Amino acid sequence: MPEKLKSSLLELIQRTSSELPKDVEASIRRAVSHEKVGSRARYAFDIICENLELAKKAKQPICQDTGSILFFVKAPIGSNQHEFEAAACEAVKEATAYGYLRQNSVDSLTGKNSGNNLGPGNPYFHFEQNAKTPTRQHANTSVRLILKGGGCENCGTQYSLPDKRLDAQRNMDGVSKCLLDAVLQAQGKGCAPGILGVCVGGDRATGYMHSKEQLLRPLDDKNPNPELAKMEGDVMDKANKLFIGPMGFGGECTLLGCKIGALNRVPASFFVSISYMCWADRRQGAELDEEGKIVKWLY
Amino acid sequence: MALLTPPFTEEKIRSLKVGDMVEISGVLFTARDAVHQCLHSGKYPLPCNWKDAIIYHCGPVVIKDGGKWIVKAAGPTTSIREEPYEYDVIKNFGVRGVIGKGGMGAKTLQACKEFGCVYLHAIGGAAQVYAQKITNVNGVYLYDEVGSPEAIWEFQVKDFPAVVTMDSNGNSLHEEILKLSSERLTHLRT
Repeated sequence: MPEKLKSSLLELIQRTSSELPKDVEASIRRAVSHEKVGSRARYAFDIICENLELAKKAKQPICQDTGSILFFVKAPIGSNQHEFEAAACEAVKEATAYGYLRQNSVDSLTGKNSGNNLGPGNPYFHFEQNAKTPTRQHANTSVRLILKGGGCENCGTQYSLPDKRLDAQRNMDGVSKCLLDAVLQAQGKGCAPGILGVCVGGDRATGYMHSKEQLLRPLDDKNPNPELAKMEGDVMDKANKLFIGPMGFGGECTLLGCKIGALNRVPASFFVSISYMCWADRRQGAELDEEGKIVKWLY
Repeated sequence: MALLTPPFTEEKIRSLKVGDMVEISGVLFTARDAVHQCLHSGKYPLPCNWKDAIIYHCGPVVIKDGGKWIVKAAGPTTSIREEPYEYDVIKNFGVRGVIGKGGMGAKTLQACKEFGCVYLHAIGGAAQVYAQKITNVNGVYLYDEVGSPEAIWEFQVKDFPAVVTMDSNGNSLHEEILKLSSERLTHLRT
């Protein structure tokens, strides 16, 4: 098993667990200044910022719930997926032993914790191939990692339109009602200020997965679809007027980001799938050369 | 900032109000999903004394280094999952404080009023800040039965910061913010 690949993945896990990507940290620091000094919201943000410094310095988890371990891999044609998975699993085991990751894999039938973060479905791998015509650049593998905690995962939800309770029809207004309802229901339980990953369409499984993949987008990117870009802005604007604030303490900053994608759907179904991510948006990635060495960080 | 030190008497606890910021010193016992469910079902008796104690909704990262337990990360978990069980825990075991995040519901608020208890909110995700406040791991209970994150960890803490968000007078910040934000959303729609 390629030792270099395993070490690179171990480093990726440690960094993802203990440091926020630059775009998220910048967003949080901007949000702090919008909260009144002396308010509960400001108190929450002060502790959050202190925590970010401590975690980065000590190379220890920002949050003890290191969550589900989600690998998104883009590999060249002809690469060995089994080898990659084996190296990643070894890296996960080591990361758990060091305490970069909490022991988070529990048998759903027996309640027994596996102790090393491995188990059916853990960690999760999504593999894609690079460009069809390989060039030298495309000989590299890119691996993105999200550590998604359970608290915010529990705030994810899926609507089926039309929704009677929300008076939401199968249109963009209906979608918007779903997103704002999800933010309202979450309150502070998902560790607001949160980030929404959204998918309009798909089926119940692909919709949720695509909504999670939206969380790979940097907070400061722009949606290439103008209609979705507009909705992202509108939802951010309205959500931040609800005064839920960090931790649900009441405050100006309730959402740090809203990233919306769309998939085609069957005529009978219209799902709006929402993955709610907490402020501790642990997302990182690395480009690896053919030996498995990190050549650059992706966020 | 008020210092909250043992003994955590009923009088002391009943004097706290929503919005009060405290720094807690003394012993905390972690307790989350598995422990609450087991206490409710009677699967395991409570293996430690929770009379006038503060419990902490937390699944820490703890590793053993040279025979000693070291806490690597210890922020709060979402409390609402324990809502079905917490009234009975407070009533049966004499718990005086519950630390967690995201708040709890009407039944727990009722228990706070009836028995003299408060809900204290720690900042979700601030695992290093709280790990630093833990001066010693006094012990761990039910480790083999429920695993590390779900076990009852007995932590000695100094100056552990928290905000009272549910007090023993029937006040809940969470109810307030839910009402306010719901009204704002209705207003935004019209």
